[in-house]
Amino acid sequence: MTVLSAALAVNQAPAGLLPAREQMALSLGWHIILACFGVAFPTMIYVMYRRGIKRDDPVAIGLARRWSMASAVLFAIGAVSGTVLSFEMGLLWPGLMGRYGDVIGLPFAFEGIAFFTEAIFIGIFLYGWDRMPPRQHLMMLIPMACAGVVGAFCILSVNSWMNSPTGFTLTADGQVTNVNPWRAMFNNAVALQFAHMWVGAFMLVGFVVAAVYAVGMLKGRRDEHHRLGFMVPFSFATGAALLQPILGHVLGLQVGKEQSTKLAAFELATHAERESPLRIGGLLINGEVKWALTIPRLGSLISRDSLTASVPGLYDVPPDQRPPANIVHLSFQVMVGIGLALALLVLYFWFARRRKRDLLERPLFLKIATIAGPLAVIALEAGWVATEVGRQPWTVWHALRTRDAAGPNSWLWISLTVAVLLYVGMTIGAVVVLRSMARRWRAGDERLATPYGPGR
Amino acid sequence: MSLPTAVAGAMFAGVLAYSILGGADFGAGFWDLTAGDARRGAAIRALIDHSIGPVWEANHVWLIYVLVFWWTAFPSTFAAVMTTLYVPLLFALLGIVLRGAGFAYRKFAETLHQAQLFGAVFATSSVITPFFLGTVAGAIASGRVPAGGRGDPWSSWLNVTSVTGGILAVGTCAFLAGVWLTADAQRAGQTALAEQLRTRSLVTGVLVGVVVLAALVPVRHDARTLARGLEGKGSWLVVLSALAGAVTLALVFRRRHQLARFTAVGAVAAVVIGWGVAQYPWMLVDQVKIADAAGARPTLVGLLVVVVAAAVVVLPALTYLLWLTQQEAWSHSLEE
Repeated sequence: MTVLSAALAVNQAPAGLLPAREQMALSLGWHIILACFGVAFPTMIYVMYRRGIKRDDPVAIGLARRWSMASAVLFAIGAVSGTVLSFEMGLLWPGLMGRYGDVIGLPFAFEGIAFFTEAIFIGIFLYGWDRMPPRQHLMMLIPMACAGVVGAFCILSVNSWMNSPTGFTLTADGQVTNVNPWRAMFNNAVALQFAHMWVGAFMLVGFVVAAVYAVGMLKGRRDEHHRLGFMVPFSFATGAALLQPILGHVLGLQVGKEQSTKLAAFELATHAERESPLRIGGLLINGEVKWALTIPRLGSLISRDSLTASVPGLYDVPPDQRPPANIVHLSFQVMVGIGLALALLVLYFWFARRRKRDLLERPLFLKIATIAGPLAVIALEAGWVATEVGRQPWTVWHALRTRDAAGPNSWLWISLTVAVLLYVGMTIGAVVVLRSMARRWRAGDERLATPYGPGR
Repeated sequence: MSLPTAVAGAMFAGVLAYSILGGADFGAGFWDLTAGDARRGAAIRALIDHSIGPVWEANHVWLIYVLVFWWTAFPSTFAAVMTTLYVPLLFALLGIVLRGAGFAYRKFAETLHQAQLFGAVFATSSVITPFFLGTVAGAIASGRVPAGGRGDPWSSWLNVTSVTGGILAVGTCAFLAGVWLTADAQRAGQTALAEQLRTRSLVTGVLVGVVVLAALVPVRHDARTLARGLEGKGSWLVVLSALAGAVTLALVFRRRHQLARFTAVGAVAAVVIGWGVAQYPWMLVDQVKIADAAGARPTLVGLLVVVVAAAVVVLPALTYLLWLTQQEAWSHSLEE
């Protein structure tokens, strides 16, 4: 999907642009999944562990222990891919960092502190099993969870600044002056974008972890361990999935105000129109929308909160300011579609439960819950594709074009090839390791070695 | 002290911390690589796992700290380095990725075969990364990164100062880690292992000293500004480093390993600080001075806020972690 998007966006670009975009999309798209675990998993482990301590429940404590080990693996490789990203900021985007480094660098520095804190406490937490009193040990998760929130805020601060740049003035000859890094950090878009991503992280981790135990139950492992392992993350996913459509809607209203061409691409609107329809699916081909399911007026209602307000159009701006509409539109609708489907799924589950019907006994539900994990990942990735490609051709909205942010280097094709191989290798490595851990746990080997913890 | 100098100092403190903490980590990988086959090297590898396990991630956050400070405080020089030295930087990055992944996966590896594969990746990349980072430092110190960037992608780091920097980085990492691992082995009561590591540390220490002396003459010709600084205002640090190195060798020779740890750190710290002092006030030697490279003032003030926040949040936590790893309970788990 990103291959297509980048290919569509390139015209008369420097040689380094396409591979730079590919590599960034790959690295970010890969890292964001692990980052979600860094943000949301400590909180889930906290809830599980606390339950185990309060109720003296060995099943809950066992789950918390296993989760902390799995999170160590994910954190370790996430730290590696995060380091890669900090190099890539300079290697791939010297035009962005050289020019705006002192405007938007500060949140990165705060994120560094947050990450450092999380790295330290994950070490302490893993060390602490069987060595610290449980209540004190439990407390070690709190700094981890807080650091995850702060770190996510800082990174979303940078991204939202690219959408809604503030905290500097561009002079007539293109100089950046009057820099206020705090204003850049706390820009207009940060609160909503952060909220959207933070909730998205809980959605992703909740559904993915629940899916793991759904698979176990499908294989006939119907014990308390699997029920609890499903219910806790699924409850988190429930809250997130129900909150997310509301947050997404409010964020969409803001995009319409600040980035009208992005909204136009989301909605596949060619020209500004009042009483805009909602177009489901469809492609923009030679200036015409084809194969879309059109519902009158709903577009205005959804994106502007009004039956009559106009939705902006792509062709209201010059061609060199338009994003590649199709990829933005489709990925946006994939995100919204999956998000709504998952919200319906959790509603159905809890309504059935109120009526004393236990869906965990039903293979069909368990199969759907299994698919919900990968679907949540796809929704998150699609959302990022929509917002990032929708910002094109700008890296910093109306302040820096992507082609000016990239370097001219053709060696980037080699580095992209190596990056693809590395990420494939790291993915295979992570899957092999996690599966082998699960196998050994089932065989009764509870105390595996972890990257941060003591040896066996 | 001016504001840009203060921020440059804070950034350099990160370089120093990374050289010592990250350096000891990389060095441990060097000993892993040279430990021999699975049977002979098992004891050393177990010790390495045990020693760097809890801190290996935290040690490498310093690199991210340095990069972030660099692009935030001195953005144009950051872009200049990135567009010139991308070859060694990409190799260093490759090493970082393989090293982290290899180390993490090895811990979980089920079979000896898997562990050997991941372990080999971890150990090889532990040597590659400091070498290429050393060449980057050499390139900056010898004035090969033009202010506007896009310097020569090859000759900028394939020269006598850069290569010396690379070898020196690998050597000091190995020496530092050797001394620390010897002390760890001694404290854990593994006398045979401690003796084996002692011999190797002594050999490494002597070799590093010889390399430094041998490289002095060509580097003097190649990096004149740096050489002037090292012979002038930085000379006392060079002497201090040499002294600390010699004392470390003597202490290791007399099996005073716990004490040798600290003089070894002193030797590495002095040489790194010496480089910083010799290079001052240049950000990119012979090209851009710190004051001219600095970004917007409010941002520099913001970075000092970050330094204070880090001191309040991170340092106590880090101290707690390092203290925990030196505890009895920790050491005992090795023999369980």
